[in-house]
Amino acid sequence: MSLTLAAQINSVMAALILLTAFGLLVQRRILALLHLFAWQGFFLCVSTAIVGYVTGEHHLFISSLLTLTLKVIVLPYILYALIHKLKIRKEIETLVNIPMTMLIGIGLVIFSYHLTAPITQLSTLMTRATLAVALATVMLGLLMMVTRRHAVTQIIGFLALENGLFFAATSATYGMPMVVELGVALDLLIAAFIFGIFFFHISTTFDSLDVDQMARLKEGD
Amino acid sequence: MTPFDIAIASLFLMFAPVILAPCCARSRNLTIHLSFSLTAAASLAAVIAGILCVHLESTTSAVVQMGLPDLPFHLRLDPLAGFFLCVIGLLAFFVSIYSIGYVKAMPANRPITRFVVFFCLFIAGMLLVVLADDAFFFLVAWGLMAASSYFLVLYEDEKTENRRAAYLYLVIAHVGAIAILLSFGVMAAQANGFETFQGYTFDAMRATSYPLGWATAAFLLSFFGFAAKAGVIPLHVWLPEAHPVAPSNVSALMSGVMLKTSIYGIVRITFDFLKEFPWWWGGIVLVLGLVSAVLGVLYALMQHDLKRLLAYHSVENIGIILIGLGLAMIFTSFHLPLLASLALIAALYHTLNHAMFKGLLFMGAGAVLHATHERNMEEMGGLIHRMPWTSALFLIGCVSIAALPPFNGFVSEWLTFQAFLFSPALHRPILSLLIPLGAALLALTGALAAACFVKAFGVTFLGHWRGHHHIQQVREAGWSMRIGMLLAALTCFLLGIFPTVVITWMDVLSRQMVGGKIATSAGAFGWMWLTPYSHERASYSGFNVFIGILAVVLVAWLLLHARKAGIRRVPIWDCGFEKLTPRMQYTATSFAMPIRRIFGFLFAIREESHAVEPLRHAAYPQRLQYRLRVRDRFWGWIYEPLREIAFFLARKIGNLQQGRIQVYLLYSFVTIIVLLVFLG
Repeated sequence: MSLTLAAQINSVMAALILLTAFGLLVQRRILALLHLFAWQGFFLCVSTAIVGYVTGEHHLFISSLLTLTLKVIVLPYILYALIHKLKIRKEIETLVNIPMTMLIGIGLVIFSYHLTAPITQLSTLMTRATLAVALATVMLGLLMMVTRRHAVTQIIGFLALENGLFFAATSATYGMPMVVELGVALDLLIAAFIFGIFFFHISTTFDSLDVDQMARLKEGD
Repeated sequence: MTPFDIAIASLFLMFAPVILAPCCARSRNLTIHLSFSLTAAASLAAVIAGILCVHLESTTSAVVQMGLPDLPFHLRLDPLAGFFLCVIGLLAFFVSIYSIGYVKAMPANRPITRFVVFFCLFIAGMLLVVLADDAFFFLVAWGLMAASSYFLVLYEDEKTENRRAAYLYLVIAHVGAIAILLSFGVMAAQANGFETFQGYTFDAMRATSYPLGWATAAFLLSFFGFAAKAGVIPLHVWLPEAHPVAPSNVSALMSGVMLKTSIYGIVRITFDFLKEFPWWWGGIVLVLGLVSAVLGVLYALMQHDLKRLLAYHSVENIGIILIGLGLAMIFTSFHLPLLASLALIAALYHTLNHAMFKGLLFMGAGAVLHATHERNMEEMGGLIHRMPWTSALFLIGCVSIAALPPFNGFVSEWLTFQAFLFSPALHRPILSLLIPLGAALLALTGALAAACFVKAFGVTFLGHWRGHHHIQQVREAGWSMRIGMLLAALTCFLLGIFPTVVITWMDVLSRQMVGGKIATSAGAFGWMWLTPYSHERASYSGFNVFIGILAVVLVAWLLLHARKAGIRRVPIWDCGFEKLTPRMQYTATSFAMPIRRIFGFLFAIREESHAVEPLRHAAYPQRLQYRLRVRDRFWGWIYEPLREIAFFLARKIGNLQQGRIQVYLLYSFVTIIVLLVFLG
């Protein structure tokens, strides 16, 4: 596989990741969100594998495999089980309406392109073009956490943010050292368990997973 | 053994009871005797180390590999540190002896282990403050001192009043400590070796010459911080709250020596680190000193709580010390080393003297408190019959603090006056106004202090008992308390009649700090005459004055007692009124009334009197009720607005906390974006 072909495939993957990130921002139904998240993980996994294949950085294959297991299979499964168990079927309410969120998201993408322009000029890596997308994914994940009210969607936002970080690491430096990646993967897994427990408690305490309920925990004055 | 070794040994001895006291907590007697003997021995070792160090003019430093990695603790014993070691050790020695009896007489259900532990940590903290030779260690020691004294103030923590006082003390101590920390930060940043993490040592600060702007910032910050600890007006509010509620041996130490550590800090930073300074720094110190001296004594006059009165006198005496320091700074900046050394010696000598007589007075107040269970002077009286020892020793303290010869208070105030009187024309109009005015205010302070102690001694010890319970229950203090007070009184006396010896001993300080040496005229007139400047101008001989006073007293005594009928004891003449009660005596309130009228504008006074419902007609009231409340104006002027502002801001900032998770996320999101925009 030639380098240009690989770079092009990588760019396509980056585009798909960005698309899923926007999809996450727009989607109202929780199960569809979960599917979109799984797809994002899948694209990330393919992109990482391609970069690993072309550059000969073999530890990237392991990262890619980890991504496939964790973000495409295990985490969505855990969240799916959780949703099933807690009988969450409600449509998701957003704080800001969806067109507005989209506009802010577009602004953020432009901003990240602007921000990474100097880095892209200096870098010689084949993945340099995708750095802006990675940063945009991080910001869209954050935006998703800010605009949604449901605890599960906030977690999906958080996980999408993590996807973005992972992607940024791959595109900026061909991935983090193996040890770090293993650590991050383990952290994610544990985080998912902790979230699960928390959801369970929040829903039994407040009878809902709307995080606005937690405003009641604030100390009165 | 070098002085430094003795000082280290003293520290180890001081820390020993911290471990031993909890081990033998079973036996109350054993804990008390063991711990306070150890602290007494440790304090004595500190005194010896200090005396030797100043005498030999030795400077020893050491590095201890403790604390954070790569930031070891530095220790250094130089004559200045030695002098303060001596001051702290001397009073701690007396108070340790006194504490054996005092703590034993506390109610038996009170746990004493924690008292002993914090007592030792407190003294050790003060010794370490003086010995520390880097900013980091200094602040650790400073914190140890502040925290342990906080717990000592809080010792009787079941009363709301005590908790409030301790909290106020802690807040002001923290604000001061932050200012000191910032001051060290400013100096360390200017010092050589900041990049290699050596700038925090005092050696580096000492070796640096500072640009004027940064030096001023460092001086003002450190002066603010130390003034908060020393209780300089307007940062004095914690003193009259914390000292009365602390156990009396702790108040003796806090007032006698803890305040002096801030004098040490000011001298160290100004004369040792910054060295070169404009005259107006001294002007600030002088003005604040004068304000503290005059207002301190005026507020003291209005107090009827014995310990609160003494606390306000600490404000006054810190003011007098600062007057000396301010003059020393002014003279140094005008390059008058001789006068500067005179003023500096006056300040340091007063530091030593104040430690002695204030310690003595607080110990006396503690003895009275234990005997009468009463802090209000209006409920005492006639104690001289029941407690002759305490009365006599308290009287010596009163005479010393009122600056009357032949005791020590006179010597240092006299030296401060000489510094005022000898000052030449300084070519600054404001100074030629300030210096004569300062001398006049100092004289006023001395007179008011004398009036205040006439009141304190007269109302407490003379006359008839005014209290509610029977005077037969009042007993003289135990032997250890008496010995502690006796030693302190003896020191006051010796410091008063042999000032030349002490000043010859400590003139190495003035040579090292300001490069001058006051002429004590050791050769021409011997040890008897203290002549600071030249013998044509002024000299004082404590010894001769003492002989003179002794002769007069002897003659008077002989005249009175020579004839058998010279003295008769008869009932008090009641002017034919026949129902004479102790309530009709001259009270503390009535004694202070003329001064309250003259200086009324300085106090927040609320005075009300009304007739209690008459039986038949308003013209024949059954009794009159009189209520008087005199308060410090600074509380309303400065502290209440500050408190309101702090609460207002806190409430406004509290609005940031919405309780909604999205808002918190938004904060971080916006922060990231802003940082990326401006720093990306």
